Amino acid sequence: MTTNIVSIKGVSKTYKGGLQALKSVDLDIRRGEIFALLGPNGAGKTTLISIVCGIVNPTTGTITADGHDIAREYRAARKKIGLVPQELHTDAFESVIATVSFSRGLFGHAPNSAHIEKVLRDLSLWEKRDAKVMTLSGGMKRRVLIAKALAHEPNILFLDEPTAGVDVELRHDMWQMVRRLRENGTTIILTTHYIEEAEDMADRIGVIRKGELILVEDKAVLMRKLGKKQLTLQLQTPLRQIPAELAALPLELSADGSALTYTFDTQRDETGIAELLRCLAAHGIDFKDLHSSQSSLEDIFVSLLRS
Amino acid sequence: MNFYAIRAIYKFEMARTFRTLMESLLSPVLSTSLYFIVFGAAIGARVGNVDGVDYAAFIIPGLLMLPLLNESISNAAFGIYMPKWAGTIFELLSAPVSAFEAVIGYVGAAATKSLMLGVLILVTARFFVPYHIEHPFWMVAFLSLTAISFSLFGFIIGLWADSFQRLQIVPMLIMTPLTFLGGAFYSITMLPPLWQKISLFNPIVYLISGMRWSFYGKADVDVAVSVAAILGFLALCLAIIGWIFKTGYKLRN
Repeated sequence: MTTNIVSIKGVSKTYKGGLQALKSVDLDIRRGEIFALLGPNGAGKTTLISIVCGIVNPTTGTITADGHDIAREYRAARKKIGLVPQELHTDAFESVIATVSFSRGLFGHAPNSAHIEKVLRDLSLWEKRDAKVMTLSGGMKRRVLIAKALAHEPNILFLDEPTAGVDVELRHDMWQMVRRLRENGTTIILTTHYIEEAEDMADRIGVIRKGELILVEDKAVLMRKLGKKQLTLQLQTPLRQIPAELAALPLELSADGSALTYTFDTQRDETGIAELLRCLAAHGIDFKDLHSSQSSLEDIFVSLLRS
Repeated sequence: MNFYAIRAIYKFEMARTFRTLMESLLSPVLSTSLYFIVFGAAIGARVGNVDGVDYAAFIIPGLLMLPLLNESISNAAFGIYMPKWAGTIFELLSAPVSAFEAVIGYVGAAATKSLMLGVLILVTARFFVPYHIEHPFWMVAFLSLTAISFSLFGFIIGLWADSFQRLQIVPMLIMTPLTFLGGAFYSITMLPPLWQKISLFNPIVYLISGMRWSFYGKADVDVAVSVAAILGFLALCLAIIGWIFKTGYKLRN
């Protein structure tokens, strides 16, 4: 078993109209990880996923899924992959259990009512199994799509914007399910607009912009490398300006002079906080409150896209 | 072969058939019954014999073929167009299913439905007209080959169509005139010589003629030509579908 379960090499896509959706993307997904693909609308996230799943033909490049070339050994490759699309494309007139069983058959598996029941129960769909899909709410339809993707027991699961337009409860359920799947060894690749979700869930993060993968990094490393920490002190009495002796420090005074912000690098052992506090005491600057904050993945993401 | 996929698609399509049983089976049967009443009973009584066959019986093979052709096309076209329209086609495209398997599933279901319709029309005809079938084997063969090849044709239309209008334009504008001028209600020998020649360019003439031969042993064109025509059409449809899936035309952008 190799460590990489999906290997994307030199994949580009130019649509007929001339739109270049992807520019030579290389990406390896590790076995068993949760990988979050972030990027603004139209960056190429869905195109990339669609190519791996066989819905869109790439213009150039090769892809293997669990060791199988997705073009030459498409049967073996596709059996491993489950896809939950972004749009709620469902068969309106089918019952929930029929449409989920259909997916299992389509992917070449013998009927297995025990597995179907388990999937439906895990997604709280069992009570609705005989309901027609068209009668379900949007959130329930999303669950149906997930159930369809899991019906053939894939070990690679693509979730394209799984939580777009989904209520809090379903979102919570979904992330619990994603964690359970990962514990059972399923590799999960997701795209999301909710960056805090990627921050919570993902092991690694990829950022895609205008068809280019501009960054792939361990989440923890990314947060450490690009993240900054700030210490904000609410002063007892406002200052007009930062005393000259403290000017060398990375300090910033708020406009009304009531707060001092100290920015420091999280990677360094010496944060300089102790030194700062001693200096402030020496200059008689008192503070009534303090808090420290760390830049979120969202801040990092925004700064990456602007760069 | 992914037999489970073929079975899943076939079952899915048949479930759709049974959901819409009224529209898909009863309405063609009703309209065919009306033809029997009007052409068979009312007008047929005055026409007398054609090629030595009572007119009411003479039109049965043609009346069997008309709905068979139209329903085969529209069933198969709708079957593959719907997932394209609803977006659910993504699942088929991402599944380990070959073009051949998808075609067997979709076209098999459409052809099954057409055969059911054919049997139903034959039974209905029995209530109006006594008829006999001289070559039952060839009757079943023509019925099956027509159902399969025109379901394939419908499948191509469904793949090609990108709107409901286009989906209906081929059955409406091409099939209706071809079938009506295909000798369902008359023998082409009854036409003036020029129109007889023109009729020979109409593929439906060969199908209806072949079907009529299987019933009464009488045909406008040689039955071997009829068989060749339908097999040729079948091969052409298969070739086009093969090309569509190979190139991804209108399926994978």
